[in-house]
Amino acid sequence: MTMPVQGVQHGIAPPTLWICEHCDTVFRRRVLACGEVARCARCDAILARHHRVGVRGMLALVLTAMIAFIQGNIWPIVTLGLNGHLISTTLWGCIVMMWNEHAQVVSVIAAMTLFFIPIFKMGLLGWVLLYARKGERAPGFRLAMVTLHRIGPWTMSEVFVLGTLVAIVKAHMYFDVVPNAGIFAYGVLMLIITAFASIDVRELWDLTEERRA
Amino acid sequence: MSGLPRAGDLGLIGCHVCGMVCRDVPGHDVGCPRCGSALHNRKAASYTRCWALLIAAFFFYIPANVLPIMRTVSVGDVDDNTILSGVIELWVKGSPDLAVIVFTASIVVPVLKFFALGLLLISSQRGSGWARRQRAKLYRLVEFIGYWSMLDVFVVALLTALVQFGFFSQVEPLPGVVFFGLTVVITMLASMTFDPRLIWDGRDFDD
Repeated sequence: MTMPVQGVQHGIAPPTLWICEHCDTVFRRRVLACGEVARCARCDAILARHHRVGVRGMLALVLTAMIAFIQGNIWPIVTLGLNGHLISTTLWGCIVMMWNEHAQVVSVIAAMTLFFIPIFKMGLLGWVLLYARKGERAPGFRLAMVTLHRIGPWTMSEVFVLGTLVAIVKAHMYFDVVPNAGIFAYGVLMLIITAFASIDVRELWDLTEERRA
Repeated sequence: MSGLPRAGDLGLIGCHVCGMVCRDVPGHDVGCPRCGSALHNRKAASYTRCWALLIAAFFFYIPANVLPIMRTVSVGDVDDNTILSGVIELWVKGSPDLAVIVFTASIVVPVLKFFALGLLLISSQRGSGWARRQRAKLYRLVEFIGYWSMLDVFVVALLTALVQFGFFSQVEPLPGVVFFGLTVVITMLASMTFDPRLIWDGRDFDD
């Protein structure tokens, strides 16, 4: 098999190839049909997939996620009752409480993976997508895309939703438990994250062009 | 010999960060022309870093399981729970289905990660051609499920914030939960430093 790699400028091979990230095998690119997924013939990893959701759709998803995230953070998540006493908490309530109870490491992990990194991720994605709608690269596109790649795996909101469910069941053995608006907002956020999971944002590199001044 | 060409053989490098296909210039540390990230044929010192992190994670994992993660005080009655006793409590007191989920996230997933990464490291270092495709899938599984282990940590955080009824009932976090949180973070770092392309780098290529 020969690859058409000659006749290109130094340092840059043509964007006609895919390299499998998981085994380094080189493939010739082709246009994918709707819903199609290209897999590596050697290791079966996903090379690329056709996205039903376009850039506008992604932007809509990110904005919805932001609204859900804000709602999930301003309203209490759960309320517990014992002998008429009611106690409710938000995500920040948990973070502050863990700090005060001498589990600062846990507090920092929770603050990063459930609050700061998700906010940062949504902000960067929103910024980049806002410009990508018009096929443009946002100011700071390069830095934003590199940062998005680096912080990628460090958001755990969906784990937090399952954790809340477990905590509710555990607390229900001894207390009255009322789930509040916060957890429903988080449920919505979890659905959006799942919808977003199959989207490779790196496609934005190919979809946008540097603006020529 | 397989007919599928690999990037290294063709003098190409795929950028980790943006996926761009670049020409390899031997002897030069080049950056990706599109995103500026450093280009590597393989992740730097993958074996050493991955082993170090995996061993460190294992040392944290022992106290994470032995030490209690949560203290429940109710009307003077003190009850310390480890991860395992928490699962058992959940099973006995009414939700076996949820107990299975917690058991999977807190015990099966971390143990699987230790075995899987250990296996991947040893077999790749020996250049083994055994079950390459399956090993590649195992790596992707480890990467995908890794962060769900944080489940128990968040449960403890929520219960601590919620159960604050003073004398009648109170929940406090205990050191086990700190070790457990660290184990999860370090195993995630370990699986990120492993380069799955090493699985395919062995001498004998008979897939």
